[in-house]
Amino acid sequence: MKVTIDQDRCVASGQCVTAATTVFDQRDEDGIVVLLDPSPPGELADDVRHAAAVCPALAITLTE
Amino acid sequence: MTSTIDSTGAPGFPAARAAKCPFDPPPTMQALRERTPLARVRLWDGTTPWLVTRYAEQRVLLADPRVSADMTRPGYPSPAPISDAPISFILMDDPEHARLRRMVTAPFTIKRVEAMRPAVQKIVDDLIDDMLTGPKPVDLVQALALPMPSLVICQLLGVPYTDHDFFQEHSSTMINRDAEPEQRRDAAGRLFAYLDELIGEKLTEPGDDLLSGLTERIRTGELTRPDAAQIGVLMLIAGHETTANMIALGTLALLEHPDQLELLRDSNDPKLVAGAVEELLRYLHITHNGRRRVALEDIEIAGGIIRAGEGIILANDIANRDPEIFSDPDRLDIQRDARRHVAFGFGVHQCLGQPLARMELQVVYSTLYRRIPALRLAVELDEVPFKHDGSVYGVYELPVTW
Repeated sequence: MKVTIDQDRCVASGQCVTAATTVFDQRDEDGIVVLLDPSPPGELADDVRHAAAVCPALAITLTE
Repeated sequence: MTSTIDSTGAPGFPAARAAKCPFDPPPTMQALRERTPLARVRLWDGTTPWLVTRYAEQRVLLADPRVSADMTRPGYPSPAPISDAPISFILMDDPEHARLRRMVTAPFTIKRVEAMRPAVQKIVDDLIDDMLTGPKPVDLVQALALPMPSLVICQLLGVPYTDHDFFQEHSSTMINRDAEPEQRRDAAGRLFAYLDELIGEKLTEPGDDLLSGLTERIRTGELTRPDAAQIGVLMLIAGHETTANMIALGTLALLEHPDQLELLRDSNDPKLVAGAVEELLRYLHITHNGRRRVALEDIEIAGGIIRAGEGIILANDIANRDPEIFSDPDRLDIQRDARRHVAFGFGVHQCLGQPLARMELQVVYSTLYRRIPALRLAVELDEVPFKHDGSVYGVYELPVTW
């Protein structure tokens, strides 16, 4: 699984961080998403899919 | 092309809930969702915008840049007569919306919100201590539901909590859909003047709070002082009204579902508590007047066309009961996975304060019932006064005892 993010679209909801803490983080100054792991291991696939599904700004794209 | 769209006999919106089912959306709206994904509804001013009833179409439209949140555009389905008060970024489109919103997102990162958890726990514990040593029965709204989020948002914004009578009274008027336009304008004006004065003080003596952070932006010329005051009004209202109603209404829903309350009370698992919060947000959905938008272009959706300039209302409460997404949706089940609900909206306008609201609710729901296991309603359910008239649903009072 490959993860890409679009920081321009991000609205800092932080739900991706709640869903997959080792894959996503937030910038301290404005909460915009930071990608920690662009190729997360298989056991995190469900969490990452969930993060993409709940992102209100559709800022997370997955290639499986 | 428009065959699935029901444009005859548009029902009035918002509609009344059934007296016997205070936790369920209005039955007429639920029936509309079963019939069609898009329906015309009639508003207070006689206009007939589209009501989007289903989950899938709502997510698509709320994420579509051709759908505008700008209430000054012709065709915008206003919930009440438009006032001349300054508008906040929730009623603007990008890029101005994003520019202003990003100025206030920092305190709502997951890390910053988690860092506030011990302080919120202390506020909740202290309020429950007072409840336990005070007289019974007690109104849970005044004893816990309202002061808790008010104390938290005051701390975060840098607003003196001692002024809470003032801002609670005026914010209640502002969101009361039955208040006269004149009354709402007056309340908005007073709150604006209050925040403007506070910002004036912080310009000379900044502290470590969100409003002081905004004064930095005023100094650099990124933000005008009226825009900063307007952001302050928005956050002060949004920060206490909604969470307060979720605490009181959520408690009432749990008391009426003792099996679910028992599950929550007897568990030490933070995941179960977090899941219960998501399910109560889905099930109760207290912002029950829908998200309001207007189409900027013709949009093809659900086999029909929403024309440019036509109003759109996204009924999130009905979407949260969509059986395509949530099985047996009218059942309160704190163990289901309800995280995809749209109680905070969807798209770029999704509630800014949702991480804070979630944490506050997790703390209350995991503390109150454990510390007062015998908590029960002190009146009959049909004597509880529900806020049918507000743009935020909840209860005016919740008399409880133990």
